[in-house]
Parts: sequence; C-alpha cells; structure tokens
Amino acid sequence: MAEQTNQIKLNKNSFNKVGANDVDEQEKISAPSLTFLQDAIRRLKKNKAAIISLWLLVIIIMISIISIWWTPSDPNAQHVAYANLPPKIANGIPGFTGKASVGGEIVDKYAQANVPKGTYYVLGTDYLGRDLFSRLMKGVALSLLIGMLATLFDLVIGIPYGIISGWKGGRTDTIMQRIIEIISSIPNLVVVILMLLLFTPGLGSIVVAMGITGWITMARLVRAETLTLKSQEYVLAARTLGESSFKIAIKHLIPNLSSTIIIQTMFSIPTAIFFEAFLSFIGIGIPAPNASLGTLLSDGQKTFRFLPYQMWYPAAAISIIMIAFNLLADGLRDAFDPKASE
Amino acid sequence: MGKYILKRVGYMVLTMFIIATATFFLMKLMPGSPYANQAKMTTEQINIMNHQYGLDKPAYQQYWIYLVGLLHGDFGTSFQFNNQPVSYLIASRIGPSMQIGVQAIILGTLLGILLGAIAAIRKNTWVDTVATFFAIIGRSIPNFVFAVLLQFFLAFKLRIFPIALWEGFSSSILPTIALAMAPLATTARFMRTEMVDVLNSDYIELARAKGNTPWQTVAKHALRNSLIPVVTIIGPMAVDLMVGSMVVENIFSIPGIGDQFVKSITTNDYPTIMGLTLLYSFMLVVVILIVDILYGLIDPRIRLSGSEGSN
Repeated sequence: MAEQTNQIKLNKNSFNKVGANDVDEQEKISAPSLTFLQDAIRRLKKNKAAIISLWLLVIIIMISIISIWWTPSDPNAQHVAYANLPPKIANGIPGFTGKASVGGEIVDKYAQANVPKGTYYVLGTDYLGRDLFSRLMKGVALSLLIGMLATLFDLVIGIPYGIISGWKGGRTDTIMQRIIEIISSIPNLVVVILMLLLFTPGLGSIVVAMGITGWITMARLVRAETLTLKSQEYVLAARTLGESSFKIAIKHLIPNLSSTIIIQTMFSIPTAIFFEAFLSFIGIGIPAPNASLGTLLSDGQKTFRFLPYQMWYPAAAISIIMIAFNLLADGLRDAFDPKASE
Repeated sequence: MGKYILKRVGYMVLTMFIIATATFFLMKLMPGSPYANQAKMTTEQINIMNHQYGLDKPAYQQYWIYLVGLLHGDFGTSFQFNNQPVSYLIASRIGPSMQIGVQAIILGTLLGILLGAIAAIRKNTWVDTVATFFAIIGRSIPNFVFAVLLQFFLAFKLRIFPIALWEGFSSSILPTIALAMAPLATTARFMRTEMVDVLNSDYIELARAKGNTPWQTVAKHALRNSLIPVVTIIGPMAVDLMVGSMVVENIFSIPGIGDQFVKSITTNDYPTIMGLTLLYSFMLVVVILIVDILYGLIDPRIRLSGSEGSN
C-alpha cells in the first residue's frame, strides 16, 4: 500500500477548479424533456409493424365509416339471375376477369348471366346474387362497431369496478372479487351463448353478453394496479388533505392507470371482434340477411369446392383486422410499458 | 397447503352451485318451446309430454329435482336426439373431443416451447423475428379461419387428409392442427419472455463458467426454470380449446361435445345445453384449481397467496 501511494504524484495542476457558477458540459440537458405521452409516442413511432398496422386500421375504419352511407350496391339486395358471379374489375386484372373454369373450361360467367356491360362486381356475388364487396364492407364495419362497444364496456364497467374493488378493500373487495371469479369460471362463450338464448340472436344480445363478461380482465388489472397505487405517498397526501375518494380516483388513480387502460383496451378489441365473428360463424350471431365477417366466411366455407373466391376475401379481411389490432396493441404495450417488454 | 386446497375446493363447489342455479333459471326464462311441432299438438298431448318431462311441476320443485339429479350424475333427458339421457349423450361424444383437445394441447405446447426457446436463444436475429411473426399470426388469426384454410388446402386441394367426418387418427390431424395454433402462439410468446429473463440470470452465467456447452446450459438449467410460469397459462389455454372445439368440430363434422353444444342451441334442447354448460364450467374450474396447486408445488419460491392470507 505504502509503495503505491508513493508512486502517484499529485500537484496543483492535477485538479480543476469548479465554481458554483460554472456550467459544465455534462450538466446540460441535451434533449428536450418529454412528457410520458410524448415519450410513448416516440417509442411507438420506432415500431414499424405497429405504425403500418395503425395506418391500415385508419384506412379500414374510414372505409367502414363510408359504408354507413354508401356501398357499391345494396348489400342485402338479391339478384338471383346474377348469382355466384366471380370477381371482376372493369379492365380485367388477372384474378378479376369475371371468368371461371367450369368442368375444365374457362367460361365468362358475366356473359352467361347476361350481365349488362357496365356492371361488374369487384369481389363477385354470392348464391343470392348479392354484391360481396358491399357485404364485406358492412361486415368489417360491424366488426369495428363490436370492437368499439367492447372498449366502451371496458371503460364504463371495468375501470370503475376495478378501482372500487381495489380502493375500498376489505369485505367489499372480497365480494367483488368472488363475483368476478364466478363470472370468469364460466367459459366466456357459455355466458355469451346463454345470453343469446335468452334474447333473440342479434347485435343486441351479443352486446349484452359482452357487457357481462368483456370487462373482467380490465377490472382485474385495474384492481391490481389500484392496490399498488393506494399505498403511494401522493395518494396518502391527497387523503390527508381531505380529498374525497371520487376526486382521488379521477385526479390521481386514473392518470396513473392510463397505460394499463390503453393497453388492455387495445387487446379487448380483437377479442370482441373474434367473438362476434365466431358466433356468426356457428350461426347464432348476427341473423340473416345482415352481413358479418363470420357469416360471410361460413357461407364461403360451404361452397369453397366450387367457388373459393367467396371464402378468400372474408378470411383475408378478418385475418388482416386481427393481425393489425394485435400488432398495434403489442406496439402500444411496448411504448407505454417499456419495462414489461424487456 | 392442505388447508388451502380445501378452501379452494370449497369455493369450487360454491361456484358450480351458482352456475347450476343460474343456468337452470336462465333456461326457464328462455323463449321457445322444446317441442318441434308444438303447433300440431293438442293441448292434451302437450300436457302429457310436460308431465313426462316433469315440466308441469312448479319451478322450485323442478329445480330441486334437477339439483338432486346432478349429484347422482343425472343431467336429465334430452328433448331432441332420440330422447337419450344427457349423461349418455355426453359420454358417447366426449371421446373425439378429448382426443383432439389433448392432441392439440400436446402439439401446441411442445412446439410453442421449442419456438419460444429458439427465439430467446437467438434473440434479435432473423430467427427471433420469424418466430415472433409466427406467434403473432397464431394469436391473431381465428381458429375457424385456420380450420377452413387447412380444410381447403390440405384436404381439398392436396388431398393429404380426409376433408371431414371422424374415421380414425388421420381425420383428427387437421382439427388438431387448427386447435393447436392458439396454444402454440401463447406458449411461444410466454416462453420467449421467460427464457430471455432466465438467460440473463446469474446461475446461467455460472453454468457457462463451469464449462457447460451452450446446449447443456439451455437444456439443463434455462429450459426448466423458464417452464415454471408457462404452467399458469394452461388455464386460459384450456378455455380457448373448449371454445375452439365447438367451431372446429362443426367445420370438420366431428361427433364431439362441441358440435353437440352448437346443435343443442339451435334446437332449444335445454337439458343438453345445461348439462354441457355445467360440464364445460366444471372442467374449467378443475383445470384452474390443478394449475394453481401445481404452480405452488413446482416452484417453492411461490407462496400461495391463499395460505398466507388465512394464517
């Protein structure tokens, strides 16, 4: 030890004088300070898959909004003479020529059915001669509507339920948790199906069923988070200052829960879309003649030996919507909760 | 531990009782008649039929008879399907469903573990990207879309597998694959996250320092510890499988309980719907209980929250 200290020679010049007013390079803040939201958006923008999904969904949502007022033709109007026409676009891109092979021979189906020259169906027609493109537009719009309603239940039931359960604690919490446990121990689908039986099948009963089961995960997550937040100093401070529970929930809990809420909402949308399509597929969802991605796919599946195009487009549409929502949800989770993804 | 299990079983019985009660009264409230041609029947005939099925008794008596029957394994008699007892109907149809379900969960979890582990070991390479991509596809695309696509390509176009019906092992392959996609994706995703965590831990460093080959390190140390949390997702996966089985059995015309459930709903066959609802719920509750107990047993670091709370 002694040897070493002898070897190091220090003199006055070895030291820099640092005064209180000297601003060091290192002390400067090089990047502008970001709020939590700005930071999350910055991280989200780096995720290419999520951004592409976001734009894709924006386009899909726009098309759905348009479909409320306008579709190429009436989605429920039947022209039995024009039944099962293959896809056709005016100039006839390969795959959209309006021709189909019947017994090994290529036949112009449009000429056979005496369709007037200017008329064509972009995605063909179904067995009742209904325009599949218009039906697909309506089906996508319905899926998105279901997704929107699911988020509504998450926000209106899930969040208050979770906050109350976590905040009140004690007996209230036990009872509320027991209720959740019972609801969630019945398979989701069984609840949905029982509701569909009680009411007539249709959008209304699907929505009621979602109202019963859809918010459970959100309530659980919010409760868990509330339990942690409850013991934070700033909440204690607010309580000490005599703030009412309701105001604490609005001003302190919900802002701090926001990332959980955003992420979970994004995950419950595809789940709800899946349920509606699933129910419609097995024939207890949206009743005929209304179009849903599930009924379109189920109709397509029945005839795919001869008319596979009737299956492709609904299958592609639902797959794209589901993948886009899931990728965006993943991206949002990574952006809002960077710790979780590492 | 024993106390905890007892408590959980107690809750399970309570849950089942509530479900049984809820389904019974929901069925009572339901519109529609169980008789196919009620319009053609005389009042007398309807009365005879009601008497035969015990539907003329007051609701509370029917409820009591129903509960007592349940304890004896008697789910009542189906209104459709040749008036078979529901328990018999279920017993004769549960085989195919179980086979497909078990095959799917084995295939899905094994491939999922493999995929997730490879993705974690080759983290941030193209292997990882491909594995993650597959996991997202598996999680996003609904199982009935998979089922339809498999049926179209492998059964109809390439004619490798039977297109539908239930004739031996070969006809169980496509439904199994369709059902396995969701568990595969979930397991792979979970496995990757866990494995990345484990691979960064000190004991893996130590195992490497001792001179283990990378393969030995992964097989002996990393894999085992990553598997523990994967056990927790078996519950949600079981639910997915039950839901999936309904539509997949429907698409491939498999005589299983999922297909039966869908058919019973469309024919207002109350006793069968009630029986199957209870069966599904029971299986789910049992799976969740087993998973919770297993989790406590295999990972000594985890203290079951219930046993802590009661002490």
